[in-house]
Amino acid sequence: MNKILWIILIVLGLVAPFIVYPVFMMKLLCFALFASAFNLLLGYTGLLSFGHAAFFGGASYITGQLVKISGLTPELGILGGTLFAALLGYIVGSLAIRRQGIYFAMVTLALAQIVYFIALKAPFTGGEDGLQGIPRGKLLGMIDLGHVYTVGGSPVALNLYYFVFALFCFGFWIIYRTINSPFGQVLKAIRENEPRAVSLGYKVERFKLMAFVISAALSGMAGSMKSLVFQLASLTDVSWHTSGEVVLMTLLGGVGTVLGPLAGAFTVVTLQSELSSVGSWITVIIGVTFVICVLLFRRGLVGELGRVLKRSL
Amino acid sequence: MELSFQMVMSQVMLGLNNGVFYAILSLGLAVIFGLLNIVNFAHGALYMLGAYVALLGYTSIGPLIGMPDFHLSYWAALFVAPLVVGAVGIVIEKTMLSRLYKFDHLYGLLLTFGLALIIQGVFTNFFNVSGDPYDAKPETLNGAVNLGFMLFPKYRLWVIIISLLVCFGTWYVIERTKLGSYLRAGTENPELVKAFGINVPLMISLTYGYGVALAAFAGVLAAPIYSVSPVMGSEMIITVFAVVVIGGMGSIMGSIVTGLLLGMVEGFTKVVYAPASSTVIFLIMVMVLLVKPAGLFGRES
Repeated sequence: MNKILWIILIVLGLVAPFIVYPVFMMKLLCFALFASAFNLLLGYTGLLSFGHAAFFGGASYITGQLVKISGLTPELGILGGTLFAALLGYIVGSLAIRRQGIYFAMVTLALAQIVYFIALKAPFTGGEDGLQGIPRGKLLGMIDLGHVYTVGGSPVALNLYYFVFALFCFGFWIIYRTINSPFGQVLKAIRENEPRAVSLGYKVERFKLMAFVISAALSGMAGSMKSLVFQLASLTDVSWHTSGEVVLMTLLGGVGTVLGPLAGAFTVVTLQSELSSVGSWITVIIGVTFVICVLLFRRGLVGELGRVLKRSL
Repeated sequence: MELSFQMVMSQVMLGLNNGVFYAILSLGLAVIFGLLNIVNFAHGALYMLGAYVALLGYTSIGPLIGMPDFHLSYWAALFVAPLVVGAVGIVIEKTMLSRLYKFDHLYGLLLTFGLALIIQGVFTNFFNVSGDPYDAKPETLNGAVNLGFMLFPKYRLWVIIISLLVCFGTWYVIERTKLGSYLRAGTENPELVKAFGINVPLMISLTYGYGVALAAFAGVLAAPIYSVSPVMGSEMIITVFAVVVIGGMGSIMGSIVTGLLLGMVEGFTKVVYAPASSTVIFLIMVMVLLVKPAGLFGRES
């Protein structure tokens, strides 16, 4: 059953650019990876970070710099962004795990604000304008990611799409493996009962930090991908709004479910593109969704579905 | 650059002016956290709401109720805004927050985050993001006072004095009166307090209402100094969170003192190295986390 579900999802991903607007699809993949990486922390370790935009947006600036200014190939740009996010995750994580629960959320939010200030003031981020016109470049110096094919009369950057899709699958696979490894079992133990995990002899701090770094690195990878897709790295990506959005995607889809973040990202990204005409009312709509989720819908879409089907998804 | 005594003192005084806002807001967060065990993310949005009650009361309420000459004065706004926002807070607590106490405390944070987005989003749609000036500052508070080492704006001095009075008044009520002892008992053991026949749910509602009324009071005080804008709260709340992490929410006096000190440090940084003044509070937070992870006034858990 599970295998069939995965095959269906992969096939859907492969044919998607021929059916839906590919930029929408790529945006969805970026945010789905971002939310899944975030869920590794909130859903499987029980840590609520309110500063994940720092990794997502920070990495997107780094990738933009590496590709646009230093002229590196896109895969190296993404690698650079991901490594930067991992390093930043190590620093932020080491500080934040010194406090628990609600304080953890506030510490991550405040630390992410430092990154935001740097992005606002530093000379290499383009300030309010952000980094624009980031080239998509040639993968491994050979495959032109900017190349546009004509599909059914409209231009589609198929090379870029499949590159993004492959990266998404790779990132998602890492998360899936992490959750289902002995390491992931310890994370769940920490989530359920931290003092017990301590008394069983696990070095809880190290496990939390490790989970934080993996989550940050993959969030960074998602941000790097985003900067190639939209050819833009901007202040929005590092702002607390983005941190809040990824919390919402995870909550809406289902905290602690494998497929939840995908469903949540799909819903939020669809909402954003469908409702782009309402302009700034979108903030209100996102806020209302938050409130409804918390009050009535704490298991999220996939969580509720899993309850109906009596299995974990 | 010559660091003259005057220059340092004037920035420290201006910093103290910011510090009283941090103090009132983190005090409100601490009062709410003490009894409800939630961090009120909507605190910044309600601070902004308080400022808008004052602004709209002055500019728009008259024509709306058919009395074009009516303007809510500054002094009246100092009472009306906290009452209005306090009432909004009680409604929020009764209808939403009260459903969440039996779940993980993080849900309270998420709910109030959603509320903050809603309030800020609505105001962004109707008002200028870059802000509107509030012109109802009373005549008596115009001009400056000679403090000996500098001329200090009368209004800012008023803000510092009244804020300190409100902060220490709140501290006195909570730590030294019978009402406060109920509150503290409710913080320690709500079940037992209930058994003594005290209406704990009502106490919780009023506490939340009072906490957010403090935020609205700060909003009115801030209105004549800064321009009133929909984003004034979200900028403030993140800094106040850092203040709260530094001080810890366990102690009322702790949150007041931390707020005041950090405001002054921020002011001092403006003289020494201006570009760092917007981040210095966050950097201090990093240092506190490294040296004393539980916060300056926090208890080790």
